[in-house]
Amino acid sequence: MADASEPEAEAPREAPVDMETIRRLLDLMSEHGLAELEIEREDMAVRLRKAGAGPQPPLVAAVAPAVTPQGGAAGQTAAAQEGGEAEPAEEALPTITSPMVGTFYAASSPEADPCVQVGDHVAEDTIVCVIEAMKVFNEIRAETSGTIEKVLVGNAEAVEFGQPLFVVRPG
Amino acid sequence: MFSRILVANRGEIALRVIRACREMGVEAVAVYSEADRGARYLDLVDEAICIGPAAPAQSYLNIARIISAAEVADVDAIHPGYGFLAENAHFAEVCRSCNIEFIGPNVEAMQRMGDKVEAKRIARAARIYTIPGSEGALENADEAIRVAHDIGYPVLVKAAAGGGGRGMRIAHNDISLSQAVGQGQSEAEAAFKDNRVYLEKHIEGARHVEVQVLADNHGHCVHLWERDCTLQRRHQKLIEESPSPSISDRTRAKLCDAAVRMAREAGYTGAGTVEFLVDPNGTFYLLEVNARIQVEHPVTELVTGVDLVQQQIRVAAGERLPFRQKEVRQRGHAIECRINAEDCRNGFRPSPGTIGRFCLPGGPGVRVDTHCCPGTAIAPHYDSLIAKLLVHRATRDAAIATMRRALAECHIEGVATTVPLHQEIMANPDFMAGRVDTGWVERVL
Repeated sequence: MADASEPEAEAPREAPVDMETIRRLLDLMSEHGLAELEIEREDMAVRLRKAGAGPQPPLVAAVAPAVTPQGGAAGQTAAAQEGGEAEPAEEALPTITSPMVGTFYAASSPEADPCVQVGDHVAEDTIVCVIEAMKVFNEIRAETSGTIEKVLVGNAEAVEFGQPLFVVRPG
Repeated sequence: MFSRILVANRGEIALRVIRACREMGVEAVAVYSEADRGARYLDLVDEAICIGPAAPAQSYLNIARIISAAEVADVDAIHPGYGFLAENAHFAEVCRSCNIEFIGPNVEAMQRMGDKVEAKRIARAARIYTIPGSEGALENADEAIRVAHDIGYPVLVKAAAGGGGRGMRIAHNDISLSQAVGQGQSEAEAAFKDNRVYLEKHIEGARHVEVQVLADNHGHCVHLWERDCTLQRRHQKLIEESPSPSISDRTRAKLCDAAVRMAREAGYTGAGTVEFLVDPNGTFYLLEVNARIQVEHPVTELVTGVDLVQQQIRVAAGERLPFRQKEVRQRGHAIECRINAEDCRNGFRPSPGTIGRFCLPGGPGVRVDTHCCPGTAIAPHYDSLIAKLLVHRATRDAAIATMRRALAECHIEGVATTVPLHQEIMANPDFMAGRVDTGWVERVL
């Protein structure tokens, strides 16, 4: 309880949520690609949800390469389901996705080191991997800047268009 | 027999090919664009590979991506369906050079049939009439008049760069012909940046009758009788039926024999369709050859009992045709109505949207080929075909009665459809009497 001589603390009851905080929360959401944010503090409870927010993008460990033969079920359905389960615990970080169909190689040649590893910083034109399509080896650039958080595909694995390859922490 | 086939197409024909594969115990691999993600038929394949965004140029028309998917999925053959790359000779060549069989005609036959000039030459060698006209582009109105006097009025002025019925004008005499040539050239320049026009005889009261052919790689070629596709709007087929109600048995026999002659002369292999225009006297002229399986193939499947897609696959795998010509009979009468997502009450404007409630008919004599279900999005990027509704009964009258019953059972929400148009046609006396021609829909409805 405040001492009568001290200035009274802002009474949250009069302004349940201040706009400055809301704005900062919205910036935080955009920065991290969040569709929904819920905060509960002693003095306020806020829930922000972007209009048209659907299921969050599939996350890190949950995404299986869509081309693994599975009896009957297409890989794309499996990825969507697993993405849904893994979601609650982690934030949604942006991913580098495959621009083509082909075979993923982590390094530009069998003896070379992988192009990037977890923890490496990448710039937009950093080559992150090689995808082979019809005997042509295509160098894939990051097209974003940040730190490699996770590698989602194994060496010599088949990848499809739009398949997430790396998780990148922006910055 | 192949162990794994990649279906390089989408929608209802992809599902059709997948069904054939499943019945034959062959593994099926599907490719899809982002617009087709979540399509129901993708649950039926052994592998589904996303190859690009919605735009056909970056997905279903993209040879590199499709071949890449074929290699990654380790298939031994590709079925191209219809449209997209089905009649792309370069694609067929690329497949075969990558040791992947292309389920369709050999490249040479495909190229020859795709070339209008070459096709006419083959037709003449096969003793088949072609539509008389100018040999090439018209220099001026005077030349047009000379040709018109040769072949007889009425004539059609057509844009060389046009297609699908665009850029055509009818002329009945010298004066209107001169005007038509001048106007046609200006319009063609504006629409296609190519002002070349040519002349063709306009065959009035014509019926569009096509013949299904099937040839193996061992020199055997048969026809599977005809389909009447006269009911069209802007050269888009609306309804197809077999047998044709407006040709005599004599014309039917001559037409089907001509189709086989055409296929043999071209060295054709696989399934294909030879299209003719038949005038009211029963004289027929070659229109063109479609070197692919067609949308309306189920009409033939119903009256002959032959699974055309399975036969395509078998022939491509080197098998001999399992039947001889005399064993191919027409039984009963079949009709197909194409149900498109178009607003037939508003100029047939395409009606993209998401399908809500979706009830299609069943019961005796009904076959429905559709890839749609509740929640299917009809996207603007591709054709607007929702479903093919077919009936097969002992007689044409019975087939029409079943089609009326079946159309009334259709309930599709979320998009406008052409069901009301088909209901109107099924009740129309001209149609019921088989008294229609290629211009009928635009004139009467």
